[in-house]
Amino acid sequence: MSQLAVEEIWKSFGGFHALGGVTLSVASGERRAIIGVNGAGKSTFFSIIGGQLRPTSGRVLLDGEQVTGLPPHKMWARGVTRTFQRNAIFPGLDVRQNVRLAILARRRMGSRILAGAGRHSHIDDEADAILGRLELCGRANVAACDLAYGEHRQLEIAIALAGEPRILLLDEPTAGMSPAETQAMVAMLAQLPRTLTLLIVEHDMDVVFAIADSVSVLHQGRVLVEGSPSEVQADPRVAEVYFGQVEAPQ
Amino acid sequence: MAETTAIATTAPADRAVARRLGWSVGAAVLVGLVVAPQFGLPPYIMSLVIEVMIFAIFAMSLDLLLGYTGLVSLGHAAFFATGSYAAGLAAKFLTHELVVTTVIGLVVSMVLAVAIGWLSIRLSGFYFLMITFAFGQMIYSVAYRWNWLTGGSDGLNIPAATFFGAHVLGSRLQIYYTVLVGFVICFMLMRRIVGSPFGEVLAGIRENPRRMRAIGFDVRGYRLAVFVIGAGFAAFAGILNAQFNFFVAPDSAHWTESASVLVMVLVGGAGTLVGPVIGAGVVIMLQNWLSSYTQYWSLFLGLLFIVLITIARDGILGLAGRGWQRLRRGVA
Ligand SMILES: Nc1ncnc2c1ncn2[C@@H]1O[C@H](COP(=O)(O)OP(=O)(O)O)[C@@H](O)[C@H]1O
Ligand SMILES: [Mg+2]
Repeated sequence: MSQLAVEEIWKSFGGFHALGGVTLSVASGERRAIIGVNGAGKSTFFSIIGGQLRPTSGRVLLDGEQVTGLPPHKMWARGVTRTFQRNAIFPGLDVRQNVRLAILARRRMGSRILAGAGRHSHIDDEADAILGRLELCGRANVAACDLAYGEHRQLEIAIALAGEPRILLLDEPTAGMSPAETQAMVAMLAQLPRTLTLLIVEHDMDVVFAIADSVSVLHQGRVLVEGSPSEVQADPRVAEVYFGQVEAPQ
Repeated sequence: MAETTAIATTAPADRAVARRLGWSVGAAVLVGLVVAPQFGLPPYIMSLVIEVMIFAIFAMSLDLLLGYTGLVSLGHAAFFATGSYAAGLAAKFLTHELVVTTVIGLVVSMVLAVAIGWLSIRLSGFYFLMITFAFGQMIYSVAYRWNWLTGGSDGLNIPAATFFGAHVLGSRLQIYYTVLVGFVICFMLMRRIVGSPFGEVLAGIRENPRRMRAIGFDVRGYRLAVFVIGAGFAAFAGILNAQFNFFVAPDSAHWTESASVLVMVLVGGAGTLVGPVIGAGVVIMLQNWLSSYTQYWSLFLGLLFIVLITIARDGILGLAGRGWQRLRRGVA
């Protein structure tokens, strides 16, 4: 049985159909890339699964259980976490605190109202371990808003990983990164255990080939093609969609 | 709200120095407040200090919402006033025992805060401000119009309180020390709260509520919780104010009271607890001083406020912090 199944999802904004009947299923531990031109509906699709948006119609199933339209924190409680393309960190807090928040959520410590923060130094240690995996070790005490753009994106992933999700949805994690940063990110993602299911929106086909087992191409709110990375790249319909587009897969 | 907060983002060593300095100043002020009456504090000044401490509690309680969680409420006085009236009515009709009237004041205000908060926290930003304003004015109308219960525009006279049966709360000096104890307890409690994991969650909500939801927090629940907690502290301030003035008037619920305490927080420095205390002190002292010179005191106070916010969005405390850092760099 697939771990995550999405059936005939429609999402309209006013009269505009951002998603027009997306059906897709992902197995546990799979690495699935979602590609498609700008405006294809990729982020909207993630919002439906992450609980940020309710679908106009259709169903989302997790392990066969209907979870359509649950709010984000309830989707999270079922093991689903998504990242965002923009404004996804806590700018006024330092980098370690950013990660601490996700750890507090996972340990369900947020309601401890009279506990001294100092007594939870093991949470600092845990946060630092995660920062180490994302090459942010030396930046733990820096205000998140003072990070360079690439580091921003790394912190964004660190926060998501700190929550230890079962299903992680990454929305363009390497966009705007330098080649070196992209390479480090790919290496880190490739090392993630197979207990984690990964859905990743990505424009860079090198990244897709390095990480993904399978690819779904979204086009005008529908799944156009699905297959292995090489099948998808060879598909003439995909070439047609990307023809003349700035973001043609290289 | 990020720009109104004074979250420490400087180096840890600097932070440690600042913390030590803060503790020293705090201890000195506390010792000063404890011993001052022994050196013949004039009654007029003593009353002023009592008022400052009460309003400092009120301002800190608002800052839990404003500076720590990023919720700008313009109806916070509703809870201050509800605490006053509930405790006052309990004192009038039930018992003079301060412990009982205080508990009644707290419970009534916090239950009200659950209802108002539950309806308000679904909105954010400007809409939250407007709905809290509207609820605040509703409470004001009740205090003003329900003559049979509240005494209407004449206000409510409250009998002197007893403390475990003893009539020990009659003199100004006794009231001074009681309020001082209340202030210190509230300060320490709120300090504990903002430094706890719960406090960290509030800061996360202020910085990015959408992301907080995505990493598993029930943001509405936390906002409601802090709304009710803030209301509780505000009510406590209101209870002290009513019990020790032996009187409460509907004006205490008016939106201008909410605005005034908002000004205290911003003047002192939002996102800290010391800031609102400084703000309450400065605003109340200035109010007193200016009003003895001119009937246009509120105009001057307003101008001063505008100037301050223009030069320092993080208030007097932020201004002082930058001055201190410049001084240290100059010395080093
Ligand atoms: N909140 C919204 N309101 C109106 N239109 C939206 C909204 N969010 C997305 N859209 C539209 O839906 C389409 C798909 O957007 P999106 O999912 O962000 O695409 P992608 O992530 O693939 O670039 C776009 O045309 C976008 O303008
Ligand atoms: Mg997108």
